Amino acid sequence: MSQPSEAREAVGDYKAGWHDPENSTIRFDFGLSEQVVRDISELKSEPEWMTEMRLKAYRHFVDRPMPNWGNTEILEDIDFDNVCYFLRSSDQTGESWEDVPEDIRNTFERLGIPEAEQKWLSGVTAQYESETVYHSIREDLEKQGVIFLDMDSGLREYEDIVKRYFGTVIPFSDNKFSALNTAVWSGGSFIYVPKGVSVEMPVQAYFRINAKNMGQFERTLIIADEGSSIHYVEGCTAPTYSTDSLHSAVVELIALPGAHIRYTTVQNWSNNVYNLVTKRGVAHEDSKIEWVDGNIGSKLTMKYPAVILKGEGSHAEVISVAYAGAGQHQDAGAKVHHLASNTTSNILSKSISKDGGRGSYRGMAKIMPKAENCRMNIVCDALILDEGSRSDTYPTMEVGNASAHCEHEASVSKVGDEQLFYLMSRGHTEAEALGMIVNGFFEPFTKELPMEYAVELNKLMALEMEGSIG
Amino acid sequence: MSGEKPILAISNLHVGIEGTEILKGIDITIPSGEIHAIMGRNGSGKTTAANVIMGHPSYDIEDGDVQLSGESILDLEPWERSRSGVFLSFQYPQAVPGLQVGNFLRKSVSSVRGDDAAKGAAFREDLKNAMSKLNIPSSFLSRYVNDGFSGGEKKRFEILQMMLLKPRLAVLDETDSGLDIDGIRTVAEGINEVVRGTENGALIITHYSRILEHVQPDRIHVMIGGKIVASGGPGLASLLEENGYDWLEERVAEGDVFE
Ligand SMILES: Nc1ncnc2c1ncn2[C@@H]1O[C@H](COP(=O)(O)OP(=O)(O)OP(=O)(O)O)[C@@H](O)[C@H]1O
Ligand SMILES: [Mg+2]
Repeated sequence: MSQPSEAREAVGDYKAGWHDPENSTIRFDFGLSEQVVRDISELKSEPEWMTEMRLKAYRHFVDRPMPNWGNTEILEDIDFDNVCYFLRSSDQTGESWEDVPEDIRNTFERLGIPEAEQKWLSGVTAQYESETVYHSIREDLEKQGVIFLDMDSGLREYEDIVKRYFGTVIPFSDNKFSALNTAVWSGGSFIYVPKGVSVEMPVQAYFRINAKNMGQFERTLIIADEGSSIHYVEGCTAPTYSTDSLHSAVVELIALPGAHIRYTTVQNWSNNVYNLVTKRGVAHEDSKIEWVDGNIGSKLTMKYPAVILKGEGSHAEVISVAYAGAGQHQDAGAKVHHLASNTTSNILSKSISKDGGRGSYRGMAKIMPKAENCRMNIVCDALILDEGSRSDTYPTMEVGNASAHCEHEASVSKVGDEQLFYLMSRGHTEAEALGMIVNGFFEPFTKELPMEYAVELNKLMALEMEGSIG
Repeated sequence: MSGEKPILAISNLHVGIEGTEILKGIDITIPSGEIHAIMGRNGSGKTTAANVIMGHPSYDIEDGDVQLSGESILDLEPWERSRSGVFLSFQYPQAVPGLQVGNFLRKSVSSVRGDDAAKGAAFREDLKNAMSKLNIPSSFLSRYVNDGFSGGEKKRFEILQMMLLKPRLAVLDETDSGLDIDGIRTVAEGINEVVRGTENGALIITHYSRILEHVQPDRIHVMIGGKIVASGGPGLASLLEENGYDWLEERVAEGDVFE
């Protein structure tokens, strides 16, 4: 994911912080109202039930107070009137990169997306501001009946499936930001994998915010039918601005019996983005849902990927890492509810805080009284790199059935002088040594990533370590 | 080798930590191609000396100098010393969870000996040979640095690093402690290979004469209370092992010189 050096100089250490001139074809005025919600729906010529759902969600959003946990101080700073809720930058979704407007195409090229597409992906969607500007899927998958579309097209072309599942995993009333997303959602991915189909190579969605004060509200729905499997990868970046942007997505996963969904996120938002995302999957019998969730950047992230283990023998895996640098708060974690017997879950959460950054683990793990023989294992590790940085854990466990096996471990560590000296004595500068320790700490996460992402993440963290020393 | 600069010259070295003086004026000179040893009581300052040679940031150098081939290295950072050819085999090697051995070795070789040395078939061959000499199974390459290694495995891994980094000056701090009999022989062979017949040098810190029987050091220095109280030939090790430090101190008090 290379880019010209002038762009890097312009934005300091954050490599993806450049922005393009805005060439929008439709741009809404700042602020949110019932009319804005209606306008979005009308623009997309949506069916009536969707317009209605949006409006209900909007009213709920207005009435619903801000969460009174997380970082309430930063949350209260969000100025909902100073956000652009819809911005169209291309009148069509390109099927080839040639069809994508040049500026936008260049941006995705700098981010390495077309290259990745050729090398190791089954399909790609690229979203720029509110909508998808590029979309592709490998022909053989299409022939097998795999649907991989942006959410707007999904609703147009497969209304019955969308109507059946949309909002069933995360109702708009779930929280203030799921209400906001349901009211103004635009873009995101819609995926259906038919029975028994395994999508071998991952599909990827890339989300790019370009404009100032932008709100991005993508909506993703993935349905893996019986015995199927898919790996979905998402990446996100935004330019560095002095004013804030808002990213508030909703992601719903449905793993039908025997299916396997892995959802990998590597987000690297600039420091002016509020990232308030609701992600949840429902796992039916003998299915498996995995969240592999990497949170780098943003001003405040509040995100707790969740799995509802609804079917017997289902399994949840949540691996998340967060890096909180100067002025950042990463409030991340996981949620698992064991509703059925013989269900298992593993949660691994790792956070690094540096330069006054704050990392929090917030977890909720529940075993319902009727669920027999469940196993859950939670590990959270924090690494604090300097004095002013901070790490907290807020684990909640509710175990309603005595047959459960639960384990919980938490650790907080600091980088030791002896460890640094050891690495320095092998020819590594202090920053390189710190980079090795930090990347080692993240390794249980990194090793789960597609190789290209792992390499990028390691470089990114090494660069972060350079920034502080020297 | 008269006229040549010694590989290591420590002169009048006074070192303190947190206000306590630990090394109270040390002189050791290792000519090129020689192997010297330091023996001494627990707490006498041997590891302190090793750390100071490598550039540990916690110590205060109160007086004296440490020179590598005639150039003072006291102003160099640890990584600069390493790149100049200094290597320390740690008494207590540090674990770095998540850092893969193979990766780490490649990066270290690249930092110390340059990118080209860490690339291609030559490097892989070198690595394979060194690992088989040291009896380190190739599965170690995907393990994490010193993480969960047994005591002896840690020491073998230190020597593996030494063999790959090809230092000019190797300081080995109790590398023999915790090694089995074969391990000690292998390590000794490794040290001989790196030093004998070259311009390099080594300083072996040990409590036992066994490793010295294999290495046959050119000189042995005895450290007590932050000072070198005696220096002598290889025979000194077994004398010391038989009679103990109290005896040695008495002999020194009576004016014995162990040449
Ligand atoms: N941070 C410190 N503060 C105070 N004293 C220290 C500190 N570090 C080391 N020392 C002391 O310095 C002295 C020398 O320690 P050093 O580790 O060099 O001994 P050594 O000769 O290597 O011993 P051993 O044979 O047990 O390895 C010891 O008395 C030790 O307690
Ligand atoms: Mg010691």
